[in-house]
Amino acid sequence: MTTLKTRDKTAPDRSPLQSEAVHHAVPLHRIVTIELRKMFDTRAGYWLMASIGITALLATGGVALFASDTQSTYANFTKAIGFPIAAILPIVAILSVTSEWSQRSGLTTFTLVPGRHRVILAKAIASASVGVVSILLAFGVGAVGNLLSATIADRPAVWDVTATEALLFVAGNVLGLLTGFMLGVLIRNSAGAVVGYFIYTFVPPTVFALWAASQNAFANLRGWVDVGYAQQPLLELNGGPTQHQWAQIGVTAVCWLLLPLIGGLALVMKSEVK
Amino acid sequence: MITIESLTKTYGSSTAVDHVTFQARPGRVTGFLGPNGAGKSTTMRILVGLTPATSGTATISGRAYADLPNPGREVGLLLDASAQHAGRTGRETLSIAQRFMGLPQQRVEEVLDLVSLTPQESSRRVRDYSLGMRQRLGLATALLGEPEVLILDEPANGLDPSGIRWMRGLLRDHADRGGTVLLSSHLLREIEVVADDLVLIGNGRVVAQGAKSEMLRSTGSLVRTSERDRVAAALTASGISSSVVGTDGLLAHADAEQVGKVVFAAGVHVTELRPADSGGLEDIFLELTAQTQREHPSHSAPVGATS
Repeated sequence: MTTLKTRDKTAPDRSPLQSEAVHHAVPLHRIVTIELRKMFDTRAGYWLMASIGITALLATGGVALFASDTQSTYANFTKAIGFPIAAILPIVAILSVTSEWSQRSGLTTFTLVPGRHRVILAKAIASASVGVVSILLAFGVGAVGNLLSATIADRPAVWDVTATEALLFVAGNVLGLLTGFMLGVLIRNSAGAVVGYFIYTFVPPTVFALWAASQNAFANLRGWVDVGYAQQPLLELNGGPTQHQWAQIGVTAVCWLLLPLIGGLALVMKSEVK
Repeated sequence: MITIESLTKTYGSSTAVDHVTFQARPGRVTGFLGPNGAGKSTTMRILVGLTPATSGTATISGRAYADLPNPGREVGLLLDASAQHAGRTGRETLSIAQRFMGLPQQRVEEVLDLVSLTPQESSRRVRDYSLGMRQRLGLATALLGEPEVLILDEPANGLDPSGIRWMRGLLRDHADRGGTVLLSSHLLREIEVVADDLVLIGNGRVVAQGAKSEMLRSTGSLVRTSERDRVAAALTASGISSSVVGTDGLLAHADAEQVGKVVFAAGVHVTELRPADSGGLEDIFLELTAQTQREHPSHSAPVGATS
């Protein structure tokens, strides 16, 4: 007699099911750590994160090799490292949000945590933490690069970044990252949001720059409408924005970041998760 | 206990779910049956808050799904086995759910074992999974939190025959232990084996519901005879309606004893007389959903010939 060997067992559990056990709500910190984990646990996610460290090293190498002695300052190292990181961070934030829709894992996420606002908030916190840590990494790698290149060139290292400037640099990058986050929430599709991000970062600034170049009247107004231009002083490691510039940062952030984010959040709360 | 009351969902001018009302009770497997596009999935999605209802309510143990503090511990869900991140391994997919629910890591190994995914399979990425493996992974996620209520949308899709049998055993057992099971399918055969209660839905409306045994009883009896017209006439004379089935069959809308008496009194010989069981239910299913299904078969589909 032949016996078919199947993978399935036929000895079920006979114990009665738990009744009325009291369950506690999923705490926010738990959602944040899970969302952080989800950024690393796929190959694509892992390499995206790794690319932050890799580009930091490459950029440091570039500055050490090609910058003249007078350019080899801590500020320049940090800016060079920060530049590629600033481009990657919004992508991290975008994918954290959009993969729930594009990969359809949202069916599980939003049924295990029905409060969608809590999931989105956790994703914002997780993305911002990645941003802060990445920029701290940029400062760290920059410091090593600055020190090494000064030692090799046999000159004193130039430490020209104040604590305030460093904080503003972090804030500027987190703002950039939140732009990606906003687009992810608004578009909820990975490819669409990444394309949207590139359009957002490259098209309006180019148009505004051309406009400002051709019309003096607009050149004075540009800081009030061009979000990237307005945020530049945050990233320059050069004293930080003036009061006037702070106002411009605020106005552009409300129009280009906050309002679309609110619209996107309303859609996330109401839309069907398919 | 799942309670759905007058649930309605409209998309523009079309109504996907139309005043659906039913209960899935503890200790019973409730089969949610309907043709493709009947509104089964939409109803289930509304039940767990993924789709907002236009009107009506859906509760689980008396509470809206969104009000459950840790839903994974109370409700096991499998809505779509394909809705899993393709880049994660099966084990990682479970680990994430396990963390959300606040369960010990060891629970992941337990459910992997329960759904018979080998360590080698569970360390592969979901994109390399067959539909059957995704289905097992989905079931594992649903069972992870040892929930009292199970809501499964077409869980047998892609499972091999032994997997289907295993799943039936699992669901039967879950209900026997006092759990509530709501199970959808567009295949009557698949559901009638395990379900205690049936809810038939077509075109967004509940067209029939009740205990499976009741619904089977109400289907009547099957008579096979070479003198069909005489039998039909005798039945009509006794006030029993009947419909033609296949080449030599009649489906009489009365129980077998009554039909037997009539046939005997009429003095007609028959080759078969039995309660119309599953085939009869299939008949109701096709009949009840005739207006809504995509195909329009001729009326004389042989009873019991489909499988």
